Amino acid sequence: MISLSHFLVLGALLFSISVAGIFLNRKNVIILLMSIELMLLAVNMNFVAFSHYLGDTAGQVFVFFILTVAAAESAIGLAILVVMFRNRNTINVDDLDSLNG
Amino acid sequence: MTFAMLKIAAAGPEILVLVGTCAILMVDVFRSPREGGSTLAYWLTLLLLLAGGVLTVLGFGQNAGLALNGYFLKDSLGDLLKVFIYLATFVTFVYSREYLRERGLLKGEFFVLGLFSMLGMLVLVSAGSFLTIFLGLELLSLPLYAMVAFDRDSAVASEAAMKYFVMGAIATGMLLYGMSMLYGATGSLDLAQVSAAVHQVVAGHADQQQLVLVFGTVFVVVGVAFKLGAVPFHMWLPDVYQGSPTPVTLFLSAAPKLAAFAMLMRLLMGALEPLVGQWQQMIAVLAVLSMVVGNVVAISQTNIKRMLGYSAIAHVGFLFLGMMASEPQGYSAALFYMITYSMMSLGSLGMVLLLSRAGFEAERVEDFKGLNERSPWFAAMMAIIMLSMAGAPPFIGFWAKWEVLRAVVFAGQVWLAILAVFFSIIGAWYYLRVVWFMYFEKARDVTPLVPTVGMGAMISVNGLALLCLGVFPGSLMAVCLMVLSR
Repeated sequence: MISLSHFLVLGALLFSISVAGIFLNRKNVIILLMSIELMLLAVNMNFVAFSHYLGDTAGQVFVFFILTVAAAESAIGLAILVVMFRNRNTINVDDLDSLNG
Repeated sequence: MTFAMLKIAAAGPEILVLVGTCAILMVDVFRSPREGGSTLAYWLTLLLLLAGGVLTVLGFGQNAGLALNGYFLKDSLGDLLKVFIYLATFVTFVYSREYLRERGLLKGEFFVLGLFSMLGMLVLVSAGSFLTIFLGLELLSLPLYAMVAFDRDSAVASEAAMKYFVMGAIATGMLLYGMSMLYGATGSLDLAQVSAAVHQVVAGHADQQQLVLVFGTVFVVVGVAFKLGAVPFHMWLPDVYQGSPTPVTLFLSAAPKLAAFAMLMRLLMGALEPLVGQWQQMIAVLAVLSMVVGNVVAISQTNIKRMLGYSAIAHVGFLFLGMMASEPQGYSAALFYMITYSMMSLGSLGMVLLLSRAGFEAERVEDFKGLNERSPWFAAMMAIIMLSMAGAPPFIGFWAKWEVLRAVVFAGQVWLAILAVFFSIIGAWYYLRVVWFMYFEKARDVTPLVPTVGMGAMISVNGLALLCLGVFPGSLMAVCLMVLSR
């Protein structure tokens, strides 16, 4: 029998992978966007698991909202990426260093 | 779920803003592009803000309670913050107009994005459930990311937008992860029910559940700290302040801070009050680190927008100190601090806009040299704003700091108060440097300062308001305390 804690561990693992993906990745901004998506999906996993084991549907409704907003968010992220590529001809994370002081 | 439970009237101003924003978007789309930019959209936006603000003031404290099936909480704290959010957005747009026009950026999109972002703030301020907090926060943030990249040909702006986007998304992820834990431990998304469940857990010494709650609280606090830019989650803030077009810096330095403060109150004071012992410690650490890093690093900045970014971090430290003191005095001191800070921040970045002109950005601190020779009146306004930020009497900034320190001392944390005073004195140095530059250094650039009537009048009102409220702070303080007494 798969218990609640299995799902929570899976959620925590996915969340850690996404955070590691954001902070260790020094190559490509698209990988950052993918990590952000994964982060939200890890949260969704948690919500669905809790919702199922608590017998309360509100959590699953929340997941629909998160999915929708995540779509809007990645649309804006990709738009910013395109603008950035046009201005700087690179999407390398290491090259994002013109602002400092 | 009857119609009566909806109580739509409670959300009247928000619905008006939503409909009005969509209308302005459509009007702008169907109007042929003009030479001078979308002045029609500008005036309609100001009209909409005025209407929303008046409606909120008229309905102040009325219809209080939950509406829209418990997702929308209308109370006087929310109404007060909303009035100041309308005001801050209004002032932002008035300041921004000339700058945008000179650079060919005066487009309807700027105002529509700003209005949508403001609608997100209003929803966030009135959130009655985790769902509304999340939706409000996203509606606040998504247009802001686009606004930072508004100047499409600017390389620094697109870099700032990318940094802001990534950090904002991480903050949302952290906040949501925390919310999922709180949902799991309490079984509800509704803030009132979460609060009741947390009470039970704490009273019943259910250790395992309390562990999950504290775990969730950590993530929630980290998420909010990211949004407010508290150290050690501040990396994005100076870059975004520096890289954004100045009107956008102005916008995101004032109104969203008020909304983020409301989020902090709804979550920590509303839902997680019984865990005050736990989150107090986290917030105290964030407060001290923010004051230290913000004030010390700001000293070495040469770019005034970046300097104001670090100063924003330091001010968030003070805000957290007030929150940490909890009790009505602490919360009201934090509320008072946030409101006055947003006014000062509007003034300071408004002055940067005032000094800029076509082809010239007054971004360096040195650009303020000799301002007194060029325009004694605006130099005096800037001096008022800077002294107020430094916390010098008789300006409002002094009373804001005073109230927070008093609450901290009453809460028995004398050493924190001493630390705060010490770092405020260090912080005063970089504000006074601007004043020194204005009055005692020779101007390099002697172009006379000719602001438009609206801009000059608004800056004057802003500066004088800091002075008048500083001389008579009692009424605003009383209002802050009144909205928080239950």
